[in-house]
Amino acid sequence: MCVEYCPVLYPDAFNQEISQNKAVHVYFSQAVPLITYIDESCLYLKDKKCGICETVCQAGAIDFTQTEEKVEVKVGAIVLTPGFEPFDPKALAEYRYGEFANVITSMDYERVMCATGPYQGEILRGSDLKHPRRIAWLQCVGSRQVREGANSYCSAVCCTYTQKQVILTKEHDADVACTVFHNDIRAYGKDFERYYGRAEGLDDVRFIRSYASIVREDPETKNVTVRYSTPDDGVKEEEFDLVVLSVGLNPPDEVQGLAAKFGIELGEHGFSKAVPSNPVATTRPGVFVSGAFQGPTDIPDSVYSASAAGAQCGELLDHRRGKLATERRYPLEKDVTADPLRIGVFVCHCGANIGRIVGVPSVVEYVRTLPNVVFADEQLFSCATNSAKDITEVVKRENLNRVIVAACSPRTLEPLFRDTLREAGLNQYYLEMANIREHCSWVHAKEKDAATQKAKDIIRMAVARAAHLEPLQEFDLPVDKAALVVGGGVAGMTTAVRIAEQGHEVYLVEKERDLGGMARRLHTTLEGLDVQAFLKDLMRRVYQHPLVHVITGATITGVYGYVGNFRTRVESRGRVREIKHGIAVIATGAEEYRPTEYLYGEDERVMTHLEVEQAVARGDDRVLGARSVVMIQCVGCRQEDRNYCSRVCCSQAVKNALRLKENDPDTDVYILFRDMRTYGFREDAYREAAGKDVKFIRYEPEARPAVEAAGGSLRVVVRDPILGQDLAIDADLVSLAAAVVPGGDNQRVSQLFQVGLGPDGFFKEAHVKLRPVEFGTDGVFLCGAAQYPKHLPETISHANGAAGRAVALLSNDTVVASGSVCEVDEDKCVACGECVSACSYGAVELRETGTGRRAGVNPVLCKGDGLCNAVCPTGAISLKHFTDEEFISQIDAVLAEVG
Amino acid sequence: MCTGRVDLAFVLRAFSRGADGVFIGGCRLNECNYTTHGNYYALRMTHICKKMLGLMGLDPERLRTEFISSGEGNRFAELMNEFSTTVRGIGPLGEAEGIDEDLLRFRLDAAAKLVPYIKLLERERFRVQFDSRDAYDRYFGSEEFDRLFAETVGSRMAMSQIVSLLRDKPLGVGQIAGALGLTPSEVSQHLGNSSRHGLVRYDEGQKRYALA
Repeated sequence: MCVEYCPVLYPDAFNQEISQNKAVHVYFSQAVPLITYIDESCLYLKDKKCGICETVCQAGAIDFTQTEEKVEVKVGAIVLTPGFEPFDPKALAEYRYGEFANVITSMDYERVMCATGPYQGEILRGSDLKHPRRIAWLQCVGSRQVREGANSYCSAVCCTYTQKQVILTKEHDADVACTVFHNDIRAYGKDFERYYGRAEGLDDVRFIRSYASIVREDPETKNVTVRYSTPDDGVKEEEFDLVVLSVGLNPPDEVQGLAAKFGIELGEHGFSKAVPSNPVATTRPGVFVSGAFQGPTDIPDSVYSASAAGAQCGELLDHRRGKLATERRYPLEKDVTADPLRIGVFVCHCGANIGRIVGVPSVVEYVRTLPNVVFADEQLFSCATNSAKDITEVVKRENLNRVIVAACSPRTLEPLFRDTLREAGLNQYYLEMANIREHCSWVHAKEKDAATQKAKDIIRMAVARAAHLEPLQEFDLPVDKAALVVGGGVAGMTTAVRIAEQGHEVYLVEKERDLGGMARRLHTTLEGLDVQAFLKDLMRRVYQHPLVHVITGATITGVYGYVGNFRTRVESRGRVREIKHGIAVIATGAEEYRPTEYLYGEDERVMTHLEVEQAVARGDDRVLGARSVVMIQCVGCRQEDRNYCSRVCCSQAVKNALRLKENDPDTDVYILFRDMRTYGFREDAYREAAGKDVKFIRYEPEARPAVEAAGGSLRVVVRDPILGQDLAIDADLVSLAAAVVPGGDNQRVSQLFQVGLGPDGFFKEAHVKLRPVEFGTDGVFLCGAAQYPKHLPETISHANGAAGRAVALLSNDTVVASGSVCEVDEDKCVACGECVSACSYGAVELRETGTGRRAGVNPVLCKGDGLCNAVCPTGAISLKHFTDEEFISQIDAVLAEVG
Repeated sequence: MCTGRVDLAFVLRAFSRGADGVFIGGCRLNECNYTTHGNYYALRMTHICKKMLGLMGLDPERLRTEFISSGEGNRFAELMNEFSTTVRGIGPLGEAEGIDEDLLRFRLDAAAKLVPYIKLLERERFRVQFDSRDAYDRYFGSEEFDRLFAETVGSRMAMSQIVSLLRDKPLGVGQIAGALGLTPSEVSQHLGNSSRHGLVRYDEGQKRYALA
């Protein structure tokens, strides 16, 4: 209401100022909390004029007398998450941003494509609001450039977000021609290579490897001409209807002030200064960072670094855990199963949200005529504290045994209304919500009569369904407070120590005789970490921690149970023990591919990057004495059978190259690559290597380099795609970027713990962006290279993140299982096993009963999707709270007045 | 709860209670909130149900399943408006297809009784699993599936309707064909099958078929 009446229109910052908004508004349609606020453009705040919103707000929620207050809060830890600021291309005049109407940034374009954006999801261009037919993207705008106004680092996310924009553009309109002008394609993340392949494979999509510049704007059509060059055609000019600048990531605005306020140091690029051994730490103890303030960061990295920061705060504040929480006490639940139905209906106005479209009083009148309804009334805001209390009171006074709240979507407020029922001594599953806001008043604002009729229909369905509701019990499962960590590399050890520091027993299981994993072979990182010293310290902390129990030389032979209550059999040196634990963390790492290419294994002068790093560390003269070293990238991956990027090898190559140059600046070092993927700040090392005369030569996958033994040295032949000629290089040493491959035990581990593997054989997290350290299976977490190849600092953060999620679960005494799970009517079951195969949670199994085999449900594992119901030929299995008769009653009710 | 929970019986129930169209909205394919990808089950059920509508002489476009994310409000609105226009264009259930009310009820009842049988069939004969909508559309649009469907559900449905008809009184082939909207030769074939199963018999005296 207030938004509608507000007279101020000003450019909407959330829509990149392409469309307008009101001074009082909801920030965006998925904002949390989803409520209106007033910003500085408000006339009243400016010069005490207006104030219309205050008068129209029926809830009396607007109070112009509020003034700024300073509040002092005492805290034990601080997490800084200011994120980043998109690069503003106005700083670089040649991009003509703000000058040419049809040159926009990727952020602008993101809003343009969005259904809630300025054009309601239609792709239109600014100059004439027409659909562009030819769109160009320019990559690396403001990134990977050493000059005033730009950033030297790689912004790490733009390659993939551009591919996403291309795919979405083609989904909007398959006839749009999309062209991406790019430098290296940095598809280094999980599933990114496939995603790139998908974008590139679409019709009328071109990826052109070329620097591109904006030349001119046609004064009539406002089309934009872009100049670029290709090896075949040389310099060309081409016209586009719309040009999107793929802008990079800058540090947050006013970052200096923020750093000074919290007493932390910033790194050279203006982001938080990193601590290599703990990426979420700052230079000040107790102050942590997560997300893009660490440097350019993708969504999953932001999510797990947030969990990691949370875990470390938890460690500092563990002694205070639960101190601010108080336990709720509810009255005893009445058994009303034998009572006649007494349904009560509360119809909510939601201020004006429902009330001004739906005729609430007439709905109430109608509802009173429905069968079994003994009470119906309207409420201004059912969710207001006093209204919720009223519901509780009415339930008691009128002796109601089913309650319908006709208001909004159950997504937000169902827990609140369930609570009001519990307060009245009624089972919470006797609540039914009828959504007459999102499903009615909001979408039928222009058809008041029809909306009122629809509200009646929706409530009639709810009343019919309510008659069939059954009281259900949620049950508490005790949580065994111990953790099992599978894998004793950096990921496993980090997570083990972090969990133990918060007071939980940890069993750390390693298949090898020693801890350390892959890190035993690493010596330095580009961030300057002494890996062996770090590893030694981590191992010391593991062995000295009284709560960490290390079992090496171990094999897991069986895993039983479920979240909170696992039992795992571990065999080690002939001894079998059974461990009880509440959660498990899979940290089994990854392995190095053993190349069959390029004479590896035949000629000892052909090594892998890891082997070279080890040889340098032990001062091996064969390596340190080499006058000419050729490195070949992408050996064993980015190809059909292993269609992913191993993520770490480009940086590894640059690191080794710098190390060799440091040893002897006269050593010739060549890196033969496909795309250099030194994302983020690693770009600086790439540039440093190029500056030190390391020669980078690109090759195409169709023309892979060839290596042959030629007398005293090795001869490497590679086709230079720019010169179009073969180059022959004599090398004393050839170093291969051997792929990182999934662990050989992954299949077995995945079966033991009932967790999934992705198409490349790495473990599959619950959600690739939003739940990067959890599995779909409750109580099982993952971290490190088991999920996907990672740099050491990323592994450390990931492991801390997993510990954070694990401790959040372990710190509860119980886990609550929903009452809405499946049950089997054994008399109807014919043991066909359909339900068993439909359930990917393993919640249904065939069991022997006194009368033969029957399906049985483990309610703890059941997630309530109800798939088994729909495949059961006899109707024997049934999802409680969503039963056949509940649905059928609704179908019959909604169509009752149709005929 | 998942879209895959939508039972074939629910959809048939809606039509038998007079709905002119049924729309099923689910999460986008391959973006499952569970780990089950149950929306593909819904897709399979939709295809089978459309075939059944066809068998009953109803326009299969009366049923539509779409996969939409919660962030695609506009698309949802567009699809609903589109569907609404489609169903309005088709007209009232049965009437638009020229099927009288009693016959329609008769057919829908027969279809509802077949639900358990179809679920068993799904298990034994129609159990296909693809990872794209196109693949499902291709399979269920293929002649191979049409043949399989006619042999199984098609003949079972005709038999079930014939048995229901004969429950009232014995009838001749022509009468049965008229009542069910089938050709006499189709009816003869189904009668042959039904008598082999021992469901009906030919009454020489009346020159009519009767329940066995």
